[in-house]
Amino acid sequence: MLSRRSLIGALSVTVALASAPAAYAQDEIYIPMISKGFQHQFWQAVKAGADQGAEEFGVRITFEGPDNETMVDRQIDMLAAALANNPAAIGFAALDSQAAIPLLRQASEAGIPIIAFDSGVDSDIPMATATTDNVAAAALAADMMAEFLGGEGTVAVVAHDQTSRTGIDRRDGFLNRMESEYPDIEVVSVQYGAGDQLQSTEVAKAILTANPGLGGMFGTNEGSAIGIVNAVREMGAEGLTIIGYDSGKAQTDAIREGLMAGAITQNPVGIGYETVKAAVAAMNGEELPDIIDTGFYYYDQSNIDDPEIQAVLYD
Amino acid sequence: MSTTTVEAPKSTLSQIIAAGTHQRVLAFASLVVLLIGFSLASPNFMQTSNMLAILQATSVNGVLAIAVTLVIITGGIDLSVGTMMTFCAVITGVVLTYAGMPLMLGVVAAVLTGAACGACSGTFVAKMAIPPFIATLGMMLILKGLSLVISGTRPIYFNDTPGFSEISRGSLIGEVFPALPIPNGVLILFIVAAVTAYILNRTVLGRYCFALGSNEESVRLSGVNTDRWKIAIYALAGSIVGIAGLLIASRLNSAQPALGLGYELEAIAAVVIGGTSLSGGRGSILGSLIGALIMAVLTNGLRVLSVAQEWQTVVTGAIIILAVYADMMRRNKTN
Repeated sequence: MLSRRSLIGALSVTVALASAPAAYAQDEIYIPMISKGFQHQFWQAVKAGADQGAEEFGVRITFEGPDNETMVDRQIDMLAAALANNPAAIGFAALDSQAAIPLLRQASEAGIPIIAFDSGVDSDIPMATATTDNVAAAALAADMMAEFLGGEGTVAVVAHDQTSRTGIDRRDGFLNRMESEYPDIEVVSVQYGAGDQLQSTEVAKAILTANPGLGGMFGTNEGSAIGIVNAVREMGAEGLTIIGYDSGKAQTDAIREGLMAGAITQNPVGIGYETVKAAVAAMNGEELPDIIDTGFYYYDQSNIDDPEIQAVLYD
Repeated sequence: MSTTTVEAPKSTLSQIIAAGTHQRVLAFASLVVLLIGFSLASPNFMQTSNMLAILQATSVNGVLAIAVTLVIITGGIDLSVGTMMTFCAVITGVVLTYAGMPLMLGVVAAVLTGAACGACSGTFVAKMAIPPFIATLGMMLILKGLSLVISGTRPIYFNDTPGFSEISRGSLIGEVFPALPIPNGVLILFIVAAVTAYILNRTVLGRYCFALGSNEESVRLSGVNTDRWKIAIYALAGSIVGIAGLLIASRLNSAQPALGLGYELEAIAAVVIGGTSLSGGRGSILGSLIGALIMAVLTNGLRVLSVAQEWQTVVTGAIIILAVYADMMRRNKTN
């Protein structure tokens, strides 16, 4: 009857001892980063950038995020655990900014600077936000699309959602640029596929069926773009210009084989790096801009293997 | 599961309680060992604020675990508790934010919604003889979908109901003893645990709960309307899930319609660590409460130690298997 007690005891002590050195080094500068996700390749690329920054500035970081982007309360638990370790600063990508505000306020009252990354927090607590200018990035996608279509025709958008900041900014960035600059291009449909590859495939197929002769489609994130590619493959549609967003193996493959014209990529590595850099600057009392633009690129068959592009793509 | 004894429904209450005490002592000892281990490993672990964070993190999962314990004791399983919690939160959002009703009605709505959902699951299981795994899997998806439909896939915020966030975040204890600002969510967890333990161990409903899990057929043959009792137990579990819905909505000051999947598995894990048998007829509320605490302490402790997230998940899985294995070994010996 002692077995469970002793087994759990032994295990916990092992874990504790294994990580004790890290925990005891109190004089080092510790910056926890609480992300929106963890397993997704995009977040792993953000982590890689943060690790790079940590090494350069001589700080220790941890990088955590909930299993999926709906687990708002789990993210708050992570923030609470991070606060227990007396961090020098915190990097935070809010799933729901309102829900996190009490803890963020507690941190800022304790004098811990907060740097938001990826998406903003609707409050003045974060000292800066390291993020992609999604409106400008989607406008670039519209420019490229117009170039391929020769300034006329019909296009459709498969967006990931109509509620998140990134979903709204990318959709509107694309639509507004089309409306203001390219009067002969008509946006015939904007549909939402939740960023899920399968769901986006169905949405894209419905659009293709409803709009024969469609000139181009824009997918606002990895899942949406891959959904369009899948739909075109399954229906054997031809002559469609596809522009995607972010990367991932399926999308880069589609670009290499010419099925997809090109895609916008954010700079996830830059997001991670700039967050750590800003956190260190904030700790040292330096002034920071409200928004740190981490940049974006358009890539296609011609430049996909450039070192500059390869550095920000992920599989 | 060949080791599980099929207890006759005649088995006395005192026997059941005695068996339970044993598991609780074991689970409690594991919890203490974990707390000591983490305290030794990191000086940042044993701080009042961190202990409060652990309790706060336990509150929702703990209440869900209590609800699912009832169903598991009857020999069933409830996979719908996570999305049911969300559904109750969304209904509360509709009542408070969209309809602008007073706070108390929102609370009542959450509990009643949970009870109604639970009664539905119970009806599917009892009257339509659908296996609990399938019936509650169906409910899980139905409720997830309904939450999205009703909320229009957007979070519903409770900014117009000022007292709402106090349900979980406020601290009545802290007002009396300022040194001990235990959040109300935790207080509610303990009250729910105490009341449910009373129902389970001291009322007819509780007795039938164990009896159904031990030998449903003989209960039926002795002239008891087992269907009715089963539906009642699922409804009770549902109303407890409604309380979890209130807690999470209050903590986030919003009803998040997409949230909920995955929470049922963590609740079941807590129940199992607490020594409740998945084959029914055996289990305790205190055990599940301790199980939920063990999960929260483990997650928080590993985070405070900065263990890589990949390994946190591995350790949690290993603990679940060890806990159940040790419990089965112990029962083998006592048999």
